[in-house]
Amino acid sequence: MSTPEKDKTRKFRAAKRMREIMTEYYIDAKSAVQTGRKVAWITSGGPVEPLIVMDVIPVYPENYGAMIGASHMGGDLCSKAEALGYSTDLCSYARADIACAIENGGPIGGLPRPDMLICCNNICGTVLKWYEIHARYFNVPLFIFDTPFCHTEFPEIARRYVRSQLDEYVSFLEGVCGRPFDLEKSREVGALSLQGQRLWQAVLDTAAHRPAPMTAFDAFFFLALIVTLRGTKTVVDFYQELLAEMNERIDRGIWAIPNERYRLLWDNLPVWYRLKWLSETFEAHDACLVADTYTTAWCGSMKYIDENNFFDSMAEAYTRIYLNIGIDEMVKTIYTMIDKYEVDGMVMHSNRSCKPYSFGQYDIQKMIQEHKGIPCMVIESHMTDERSFSESQTATRIDAFMEMIKQKKG
Amino acid sequence: MGPLNIFHQNADNPHGYARGLKARGKTILGYFCSYTPEELINAAGIHPLRLFGAKDDTGIADAHLQAYCCSLVRGALTDVLSGRLDYLDGAVFPHTCDSIQRLSDIWRLNTNLKFFADVVLPVKLTTESSRRYLEEVLRKFRSDLEKGFSITIPDERIRASIKTYNAIRTSLKALYRMHAKKTSPLTAGDLNAIVRGSMIIDRTEAASMLADLAAQIQAPGKADGSEKRVMLVGSVCEHPDIYRLIEQAGADVVWDDLCTGSRYFEGLISEEGDPISALARRYHERIICPAKHSSVTGRGENLVTLSQEHGVQGVIFLQLKFCERPASRACSWRSRPSCLPKVSS
Repeated sequence: MSTPEKDKTRKFRAAKRMREIMTEYYIDAKSAVQTGRKVAWITSGGPVEPLIVMDVIPVYPENYGAMIGASHMGGDLCSKAEALGYSTDLCSYARADIACAIENGGPIGGLPRPDMLICCNNICGTVLKWYEIHARYFNVPLFIFDTPFCHTEFPEIARRYVRSQLDEYVSFLEGVCGRPFDLEKSREVGALSLQGQRLWQAVLDTAAHRPAPMTAFDAFFFLALIVTLRGTKTVVDFYQELLAEMNERIDRGIWAIPNERYRLLWDNLPVWYRLKWLSETFEAHDACLVADTYTTAWCGSMKYIDENNFFDSMAEAYTRIYLNIGIDEMVKTIYTMIDKYEVDGMVMHSNRSCKPYSFGQYDIQKMIQEHKGIPCMVIESHMTDERSFSESQTATRIDAFMEMIKQKKG
Repeated sequence: MGPLNIFHQNADNPHGYARGLKARGKTILGYFCSYTPEELINAAGIHPLRLFGAKDDTGIADAHLQAYCCSLVRGALTDVLSGRLDYLDGAVFPHTCDSIQRLSDIWRLNTNLKFFADVVLPVKLTTESSRRYLEEVLRKFRSDLEKGFSITIPDERIRASIKTYNAIRTSLKALYRMHAKKTSPLTAGDLNAIVRGSMIIDRTEAASMLADLAAQIQAPGKADGSEKRVMLVGSVCEHPDIYRLIEQAGADVVWDDLCTGSRYFEGLISEEGDPISALARRYHERIICPAKHSSVTGRGENLVTLSQEHGVQGVIFLQLKFCERPASRACSWRSRPSCLPKVSS
């Protein structure tokens, strides 16, 4: 068992700065009416950089959904949505967010009212209906950024289609904001976005060190900035600071868990309302979740970005994100991560709230077991609706899984 | 056997019909959604067969899909993995929902049919760029068929196929209208079987039988006009029992907004000009399904229009368990000030 002193050392200095940044961000967003700035609600995988160029404050219902889950408010909000008639089969982010919008409730007293909605379907099809509901409720303009699914390829016809939508997106923003799009600023924002993604990848890469200085649970926390403020200097400065802290921890021998013996990979979104419990449960087995497919997705498309032409290359980068590709393409990313982080097993979160992430997991599991020879386990939940989670069942599965890993690895 | 019986029989036993076709040397492609450009498949001399999925034990799909996957996707995967679709030469997956999208991956990786195509249509159907892209997707699909089966599909064949489909859709709509006006002996359950059967039977034969059926109808049915007029709204309805239940409750489905109903036949294709452009226009402008976007109020307005046009007194939302699209739509409808009584099942 770790001592309280060691626990204190293991806390991240950057966490305080991160909370300050997020607090300032939400204060800015909630006071946008007073400051005369526009607010756009945007899906988590959507192209945010044009909003930053136009000085529009991007607000993420999904980021808010994570906050709702972590605050253990998801079950109550989801049940309110169900009382409105929304099915329990609907994504728990969507249910909780719709309930919050109507009740103006939830953490921080709800999100600021949007002036526009930006919906990109590269993460799922549910967002399409979710944002239509918001567009009717708030009576604000909606822009759909349609990214054709790339099962095995990104055909030229899809590239042209998505590229043409970037121009339509700019026209939409110019119309709503009443001012022209600044191309020079666009280049600056693009460079900052790419720099932020590189730094985020570098932060995640520090977990390749054995033992790891951070866990996937830390990544779930530090992810918020690359999602919400991508394309700003704030993100670049913060991740530089975080990276320095990670390297310092490696130099000083401060590890994420006190006795790392087993290294695991997490798949899918977090179970937001059981982060601490899951972290402690795995730690009790000396198992460190060193990486995950979820937080990696925010830097996984860098290979498609042309740093000399960020704007045009956004078309490919935003279309070929992790959730918008076939499962045989996804598993290639997982193989790379298994090798890079030297993992002993994989924990798959079968997430009732996210069908595009979850369906196909069983086939991926089989491929991993065949090609990489590591065990995989599956736990099931709705990421934000704690009513669907069985702690004892999950604990039993984790115990059995860790037993298998221990026998295999010794 | 009269045309009505033929539609019923083949809607109930599509595998039997398909095996018969296969025995006669026909190439068969399975498909899942009314956005599949089956006019092109038909023009290629290939038989398009709508797949509805197994209705019995789907345990074989458990190795690939979680329990919270809808019955359509589980059933289809069960059918192909169990060998029940051994007559298929291939399958076509239009981009529909998240579940069908992943079914496409799982199907591709676990089956070994001769032909496989993802037809990734746009979901946003409001812009010129999406119409252009849709047209390019159709041209690519035509080319994929030509390469996959070493054939050419001349424009004339596509025009002929368009005519066949226009005839099918015109007759289906006429039969629906007669039923709505109570000038037909066909029940709502018959119409459901006729639409589903039209997705199974050879399309030229279907067009001919539908025309015969429409011409044969002379007398009104048993309905005395006291039934409540309801509209059935949802994705796929392949459960004839639903119609019987509704009838027993004293109501009649006078219209629907279903993928296995009016959404299949609404919107004819221009028979003039470039046939691919004409096809693209139809798929771009047709009444959308919930997986697509036209406008934020378009679908609701369409339901209101249909209700008014057909004197609908109540709407029944038929939700496929675990399907997210109608799960978000029924509420939106209920919030409309002009809404009618609504039931979700």
